[in-house]
Amino acid sequence: MSILPDGRYVDDAPYDPHNELLRSNPELDAPAWVLIWRRFKKHKLGLISGVFLLLSYLMLPFVGFIAPYTAKERDSEHLYAPPQAISFMHEGQFIGPHVYRSIAKADLENFRWTYTQDKSEPRELEFFCHAGEYRLFGLFKSTRHLFCAPDDATVFLFGSDRLGRDVFSRILYGAQLSLTVGLIGICVSFFLGIGFGSLAGYFGGRTDWTIQRLIEILRSLPELPLWLALSAAVPSNWGPVAVFFMISIILGLLDWPGLARAVRAKFLSLREENYVKAAEMMGASPSRVIGQHMLPNFTSHLIASAMLSIPAMILGETALSFLGLGLRAPAVSWGVMLNDAQNLASIEIYPWTAIPMLPIIFVVLAFNFLGDGLRDSLDPYQS
Amino acid sequence: MDKERGAGEYLRLSVCLFHGNIRCDYAGSSNHIVGLAVKWLLYTTVTRATTRATTRARMQSLLCVNDVSIGFGQEQSIVEQLNFTVYPGETLALVGESGSGKTLSCRAVLRILPESAQIRSGEILFNCRGNVSNLARLKERSLRDIRGDRISMIFQEPMSSLSPLHRIGDQVGEILKLHRDCSARDAKRQVLAEFERVGFNNPQRAYSAYPFELSGGMQQRAMIAMATVAKPELLIADEPTTALDMTTQAQVLGLLKSLQAESGLALILVTHDLGVVANMADQVVVMRKGRVMESGPAELVLGSPVHPYTRDLFAAAPVIPEFEQGEVLPQSDDFILELQNVSKTYGVRHGKGWLPQQTITAARDVNLRVRRGKVLAIVGESGSGKSTCARIALGAELADPGGQVFFREDPTAALIEVQSLSPKQKCEFQRKAQMVFQDPHSSLNPRMLVADVLTEPLEIHGIGTATERRDRAVDLLEQVGLNASMLRRYPHAFSGGQRQRLSIARALALRPQLLVCDEPTSALDVSVQAQILDLLEDIRDRLQLSYLFISHDLAVVARIADEVAVMRRGRIVEQGPPELLMANPLHPYTQALIAAHPEPDVHRPMDLAAVALGAGEPETWSDAFRYTNDDAPPLVEYELHHLVRTHG
Repeated sequence: MSILPDGRYVDDAPYDPHNELLRSNPELDAPAWVLIWRRFKKHKLGLISGVFLLLSYLMLPFVGFIAPYTAKERDSEHLYAPPQAISFMHEGQFIGPHVYRSIAKADLENFRWTYTQDKSEPRELEFFCHAGEYRLFGLFKSTRHLFCAPDDATVFLFGSDRLGRDVFSRILYGAQLSLTVGLIGICVSFFLGIGFGSLAGYFGGRTDWTIQRLIEILRSLPELPLWLALSAAVPSNWGPVAVFFMISIILGLLDWPGLARAVRAKFLSLREENYVKAAEMMGASPSRVIGQHMLPNFTSHLIASAMLSIPAMILGETALSFLGLGLRAPAVSWGVMLNDAQNLASIEIYPWTAIPMLPIIFVVLAFNFLGDGLRDSLDPYQS
Repeated sequence: MDKERGAGEYLRLSVCLFHGNIRCDYAGSSNHIVGLAVKWLLYTTVTRATTRATTRARMQSLLCVNDVSIGFGQEQSIVEQLNFTVYPGETLALVGESGSGKTLSCRAVLRILPESAQIRSGEILFNCRGNVSNLARLKERSLRDIRGDRISMIFQEPMSSLSPLHRIGDQVGEILKLHRDCSARDAKRQVLAEFERVGFNNPQRAYSAYPFELSGGMQQRAMIAMATVAKPELLIADEPTTALDMTTQAQVLGLLKSLQAESGLALILVTHDLGVVANMADQVVVMRKGRVMESGPAELVLGSPVHPYTRDLFAAAPVIPEFEQGEVLPQSDDFILELQNVSKTYGVRHGKGWLPQQTITAARDVNLRVRRGKVLAIVGESGSGKSTCARIALGAELADPGGQVFFREDPTAALIEVQSLSPKQKCEFQRKAQMVFQDPHSSLNPRMLVADVLTEPLEIHGIGTATERRDRAVDLLEQVGLNASMLRRYPHAFSGGQRQRLSIARALALRPQLLVCDEPTSALDVSVQAQILDLLEDIRDRLQLSYLFISHDLAVVARIADEVAVMRRGRIVEQGPPELLMANPLHPYTQALIAAHPEPDVHRPMDLAAVALGAGEPETWSDAFRYTNDDAPPLVEYELHHLVRTHG
C-alpha cells in the first residue's frame, strides 16, 4: 500500500484485470448429487439415521436367518415369558454367550405363569444352527439360523406373547411388512401428487381450479372414519398379503393432496424462471418443459418430502392394524403385534408386549432426521 | 515516503485510537536506559500529537474503520485490511463490482453480517458525541442502542425491507418508540413531519398506507424516512437506488443530498455506479475482491484515477455521448418485424373482491418497425410496457384484437402474421426469432450441463445428429468468446458475464434472424456490461442479425441502437434515431431520462429540475404534451424520422 502526496491511498499489489474472467470455483463443477452428498455428510444426525435405515432395509430379506424363531412358532410351555438376557460370565468365569433355562410355574393365586431361572446350569447358545423352516429372500427354503436356543432352553430376548411366540423374532418379521407398506403408499401418493400437482401448476386456469377443489374435498373428509370405511371395504376373505397391498394403496390415495399442493406451488414459482420461459420460446412441448426443466429442479424437494411422509405411512399402518382394521393375524406387522397389547392389564403385567413400539419410534425418528438432513443439503447452489 | 507514512500513522493513532493507553513494546527492553529514553520520546511525541489531534478527532472523524478483515467460517478472509474514515456531514462512497465485498464491509459497521461471517481483526470506532466505542467488539445490547438511533441503514430492495403487514407510519414510528421513548401522538407528529421532508405529497395518507400500495420510489422514500426519523449521525445506504428506475433514482439521490445538507448527516453510500458516486460522494473507496484499490477525495479519485482498476472502471462506465445534430442517412424500407396498433390490456382482480375486474393497459397503440440488420431500442421505466411489447413481438403473448405483428424472414419471403400462427408454424417461427433474458442467473437451468443447454434447441427442432449438435455447441461457444472446455461444466460455476454469453449462445443455436434482448446488461457489472455490448454488436455485424433491444438505460441504448423509442405508461412518447433524439430531445420525459442519467464526472451533476419536470404524471407535463383524462396527444412527426407525442 502507498499513500500519494495528495493523501490518496492506492493499493500496491499487482493488478491483473483478467483474473476474474474465469471464476475458479472447481467445487461447483461437480454434478448436483456430489454437492448434495458433501453437504449431507456434515449433518451427523441425518447421516446416522440414514445408515440405520439402510441397514434396516438391507436386513429385511434375511430376517428369517437373524431371528432365532419363526413368526408362527409357538412354545406352549412359555406363555408370556419375560425377556431373557444373554450373559457371558458364569460364576465369575467367561464361558461365552449363554442363557439359563427358565422354568414355568403356575401361580394359581393370580392365575398366571411365573418363571424362575435355573442359574446352576448355563446353556450355551448355538450358532448357525438348524431350527424352524423359513424362506430366505422369500424364495429359498432354509432352516439355518444365526443363533438359536439350546435344546431344552429358550431364548426370548424380548419375551414371548400370549401364545408363546418370540417377540424379538416377530418384530423382525413385522419389519418386512411395516417398513415396506410406507414405500408402496409413497409410490402411489407420489404418482398422483406429482401428476396432479404439475398439471395444476403448469397449466393453471380451469385445470388448476378443478384439481384444487378436488384436493379441498379430499382434505375435508375426516381421516379416521374414512380409513375405517375403506378398509372395511376390503373383502375379509382376502389373504393377508392382498389386504396389505390394499392398505398401502388406501394410505397412498389419501396422502397425495399435500404433495400435490407442494408440487403445484413449486411449479408456479419455477414457471417464472427464465430458463423455463427460454425453453418455451425455443418451442419445447409442455411435457419436455415439465420433464426436463422443472422436475429436475424439484427432485430434491420430492426426495425430502418423501422421507418426511414415509413415517406418516408407517404410523398409519400401525394405527389401522392396532384398531384391528388394517393387517390381521396371521400377518405379522408391528401394528398387529401392538394389537395384542391393547388392554391395560396386559401392558401392566406383561409390559414387554408393548416393545414393538420401540422400533416404530426409532424408524419414524430416523426418517424424520434423514428427511431433515436431506432438506438442508438438497439445495447445493445456495450457500 | 517513510515520513509521510509516519505522519499518517500518527494521525490514525490520534484520530481513531484516542484512548490514552498507549501500549509500549519497549518496556521489557534489557537496556533499561535506552528503553526509558525511547518511552519518554514516544510519550512526549504522542501526547503532543494527541493533544493536537484530540480536538480534531472530536470535531471530525465520526466513524473510523481500521484494518478490518471479514471472513466466512474457516475460509480465507473475504474482506482484507479495510480502512476508511467518515466525517460528519460527508458522504463516503464504497464503490465496487459484485463480489468486491462492499456490502459485507458496510454491514460490518452495524454487525449485521450473515451468520457464518465474522469480523476477524481490526476495529470500527464510532464517535458518538465524544464517546468512542469499538463497534466490532461492543456488546450486542449496547450495539442495539446504536442501531437505528445513531447509525441507520437503507437497503437495496425497499419492497422486501418493509414489513407487508404493518402500516408504513407504524413501521417508521417504531424507531421513535424504541429509542426516544415518545408518546404515540408525539411519534406520529414526528413521523408526519419526516414524511413531508422526504417528499410525500400527502403524509397523512402515506402514514396509513401499506407498503404494497406505494410505488418503488415511494417505498424507498419511506425507508429513508424510517432511517432518518431518529436523526442519526450516520446513514448507511446499501445500493439504495439500484432497484429503481433512472428518474426515480435521480430523485432519491437528490432527496438524500438535501436531507444531508439540512441535518448534517454523514452518509456511507454503497454503489457500483460511478455516475452515482460522482453526483454524491466527498470521499471514495474503490474496492475489488475485498481489497481497497484506491481511496481518497472524490475529486481526485474520479478526476485523475491512479490505480489501473479505477481507470478500467471509468473506461467501462456508460456515458451518454454528446450527439452532434447531424444528417440522418436515408434508410431502407426493409423491415424484418413490424408491430401495428398493438395494445395489451390485462384483467386484474379488484382490490375489493366483490367489485368487477379492473383492466390495466400495458401497451397502447404501439407501432414499431425493426429494420433488417439494425437495432431498435425501446427505453422506459419499469411498467412502461416495453417488455410486454417484446413478448408480443415473439408471439409469447397475444395482443388485443386489432393489433398485428408481421415478420418477414428475408426481403423476398412472404409476410408472416405472428399472432395467428398454428402451433407448427409457430415452432417454425421460433427458429427465426429468439430471446436473450435479463437475469443470467435464472435463464440457465442449474441442473443442465452447458453442452445440454446449447444442444437443447437443436434437439427440440430435430436438427442434426448428436455429434453435429455437439460440434455446433463448440462453435457457438467460440462465437461468444468462450471455449470448448466449458461444455462439461454446470452454469453455476460461471460468473454473471459468462452466463450471459452462454445465454446468447443458446439464443443463437437455431441461427435466428431476429434477437429480442430484454435488458441483457442491466443485471451485470459495468465492466462486464461493456463486454457484452461489444459482443452483441460483433454478432450483429457478423451474422447480420436484427435486434429488438429493451433497456431502461439511455447510455446503453445510445451506444447500440439505430433507432430509439421512448415509452411511458404503455405509450411511445418519442421516437427517432439517437442522433436526433439525444441531440434534441423534445418530450419532457425524454429530457428527464437524459437528465437523470448520472455521469461519472464530478463537474456534471444531474439536472434534478429537468427530472422533476418530466418524470411526474403525464397530467403534469407542460401544455403541449399533457394528457387529459387518459387522452394522449397524437404522435406527430417533428422532423424526418423524429416522432414526438404532442399537441403540435
